Amino acid sequence: MKLTGAEIIWECLIREGVDVVFGYPGGAILPAYDAMTKYPQIHHVLVRHEQGATHMADGYARASGKVGVAIATSGPGATNMVTGIATAMMDSSPIVCITGQVGSKAIGTDAFQETDVTGVTLPVTKHNYLVTRPGDIARAIREAFYIAKSGRPGPVLVDITKDAQQMTAEFDWEAAAPSLPGYRPNLRAMPSEYQRALELINSAQRPVILAGQGIIKAGATAQVVELAETSRTPIAVTLLGIGGVPASNEFNLGMMGMHGEAWVNQAIQQADLLIALGMRFDDRVTGNLKTYAPHAKKIHVEIDPSEVNKNVHVDVALIGDLADVLGELLPGVKKADRSPWWATINEMKGDSAVRDIQSLPDSGHLYAAHVINDLWRFTRERDTIVVTDVGQHQMWEAQYFHHDKPRSLITSGGLGTMGFALPAAIGAKFACPDKDVWVVVGDGGFQMTMPELATAAQEKIKVNVAIINNQYLGMVRQWQEFFYDKRYAATPITGPDFVKLAEAFGLKGVRVQKRTEMKSTVSETLGHDGTVVIDFRVEKEDTVFPMVPAGADLDKMIRRPKQDVMLESGNDTEWQMPSAAPAIAKADVKPHSNGHAKPAAKSAKAAKAAPKPAAPAKRGKVAGKRSLRRA
Amino acid sequence: MSKHTLIAYVEDVPGVLNRVASLFRRRNFNIDSLTVGRTEHAGVSRLTVVVETSEAGARIVEASLYKLVNVLRVDDLTRKPSLVRELGLVKVLVSPQTRSQVLQLVDVFRARVVDVDEKSISIEVTGTPEKIAKFELVARPYGILEMVRTGAVAMTRGHESVTSNPPLVRAELNAPAADHHADTSGLAMSV
Repeated sequence: MKLTGAEIIWECLIREGVDVVFGYPGGAILPAYDAMTKYPQIHHVLVRHEQGATHMADGYARASGKVGVAIATSGPGATNMVTGIATAMMDSSPIVCITGQVGSKAIGTDAFQETDVTGVTLPVTKHNYLVTRPGDIARAIREAFYIAKSGRPGPVLVDITKDAQQMTAEFDWEAAAPSLPGYRPNLRAMPSEYQRALELINSAQRPVILAGQGIIKAGATAQVVELAETSRTPIAVTLLGIGGVPASNEFNLGMMGMHGEAWVNQAIQQADLLIALGMRFDDRVTGNLKTYAPHAKKIHVEIDPSEVNKNVHVDVALIGDLADVLGELLPGVKKADRSPWWATINEMKGDSAVRDIQSLPDSGHLYAAHVINDLWRFTRERDTIVVTDVGQHQMWEAQYFHHDKPRSLITSGGLGTMGFALPAAIGAKFACPDKDVWVVVGDGGFQMTMPELATAAQEKIKVNVAIINNQYLGMVRQWQEFFYDKRYAATPITGPDFVKLAEAFGLKGVRVQKRTEMKSTVSETLGHDGTVVIDFRVEKEDTVFPMVPAGADLDKMIRRPKQDVMLESGNDTEWQMPSAAPAIAKADVKPHSNGHAKPAAKSAKAAKAAPKPAAPAKRGKVAGKRSLRRA
Repeated sequence: MSKHTLIAYVEDVPGVLNRVASLFRRRNFNIDSLTVGRTEHAGVSRLTVVVETSEAGARIVEASLYKLVNVLRVDDLTRKPSLVRELGLVKVLVSPQTRSQVLQLVDVFRARVVDVDEKSISIEVTGTPEKIAKFELVARPYGILEMVRTGAVAMTRGHESVTSNPPLVRAELNAPAADHHADTSGLAMSV
């Protein structure tokens, strides 16, 4: 069958099972877009920026486990994709990006909208192709899908010249089967390694399972739970591992790492065996490598051999798909009691409970942790996917929204890409139209990709956008507070009136300033047929606790002070409407002595508006000193 | 830290050298030398990479190279009996007084004179990278006008060939033949 290169692209996508693509047209990809009209079985989502297309493909892939597809033109279209590709690379998300390229004769001449896209994306793709002949398109796309989803998944880019799209070639799907002699995605560990691993597991006194995203990718949740239950081993999860083991499972201690639960990090540091399952010892989970889990032997179950011994030296490496490895391992795991270890852990857990913001009474003001915890409480009966952005709200979500299902949290972990949430959520909604999709995003990250609201509106899809709005780039502000002597350089940020903004896009906008409004807001949002944007006006200078400073020992956490002034006094800064924004910005440059950006004229009013603090005379003083007690 | 000599068989496709070089750069490995050339198999090129790293680092390099889709096979020759050779061209400044001294050095190093004029001698020296470095050292006092080295190429000694074909994938010595367990034993070894 003779087809144009452009037609071959769509024929291949259909055969790969693609029903939705996210893209943006342009000169060099026009032949492909023209041919698209002949293939109505594929739905094209027009994005507002190519970065959005890659995040949508990524969100689609993470929610469904299938390969997400993004399409863009040459030059700026393709370079706009780079952030999204790097995000997918760091989090091992299978996406295929198809980009147009200038005509093959024009390559290397600095032609209009020409960029060396395979060169630019080389370090941030699992593999990429430059295709200059129509007869090579089918194989490149088939191989791209195969590489993207097999082994350790990742992004693959196929750059196709305009003339290759225009010319015709014989299309033979069977003949274009992947031919990759050097690609070995299905490695298996040697039997001797299993014996060594079992000896360590069965003889350990204080083991901890480190549960990573590999569990979700491999669909190994039941096996991990079985391993934990049989050996009575506590489980610590990574950020991307959340949902891989149900939060409600009694063996699941919670998240580890920089903003992990105190008892989880302490358990890791005291462990005599770490069983790392599909995680890669990122610096955000290890802290200081020299003092990381000093008493522990380490077993690393990992699909990517280059991750073994990269950051942490391990005693046994079991290379392979997690489900396969656990399948071999589980029959040899002996039942164990380990009650002394659990007694130690429960003791550490008790110490943390008193510092938990969650259990505090409603002070009349809105804390991000409360917002997120309430979102969980009011939606827990439903099938929900939460997509978070990057920063404080991301950590609060990980701490206070309890995920019981795999693929129910989608977040940019490795690259930490602000602006990820909204487009990724749109992609997730296309993957799972029957699930509720919530975006939890800061006011900073939201403003990076908020034009994608227009995409949601045009596509008439429903995502629920919870903006955790504190008028700061909160996580950076937190670092400035702790490590830069509260010099808030470039972290105060204003924004539009998000309610009016939503309305301008033809969407519903809501503003929430009190915790008492949470329940009705959630039910109204869920009841509304269409995307809703909620502006949660939360406390401005709230802090994510606990925190392991970058490079510090994992158990040397900054803990929430037992007497957290902000929690007692309720409010620090009055909320201003956007019209008063310049005044805030000015005041923030020169904060008052108490560290809060309160315009002097408004002070009295603010104090009146706030509920009576427990110790009013002390309030300002203590707030100014607000020292950090280390655990 | 020590020098590791790795051999990589790669598919002879456009951009493959770029992929290998980019890998070393982004993983922050320092390349001592990198050579690439054809092999006895059509469509397969062979790279010799000398890299300064620890034993654990060499394993990461090896595993990272394997991650490149176009890389067919990787061998670390560092601990194996192997032949390592390099070629250097050295143009040495000579005067009527020093000419015979330089020619003596050529003799001692079993090098060859490949060009002569009234003020210089061009010498081709082959051998281990250390030998060429040594020749450079002794020639330097006379004045080196120009010099170039090819970088090391290497292969194992003995009749065993690393280019078992097909398949051009890692065949681990202590694993059962034709078993897919084989691929990872190099990594298990490193722990």
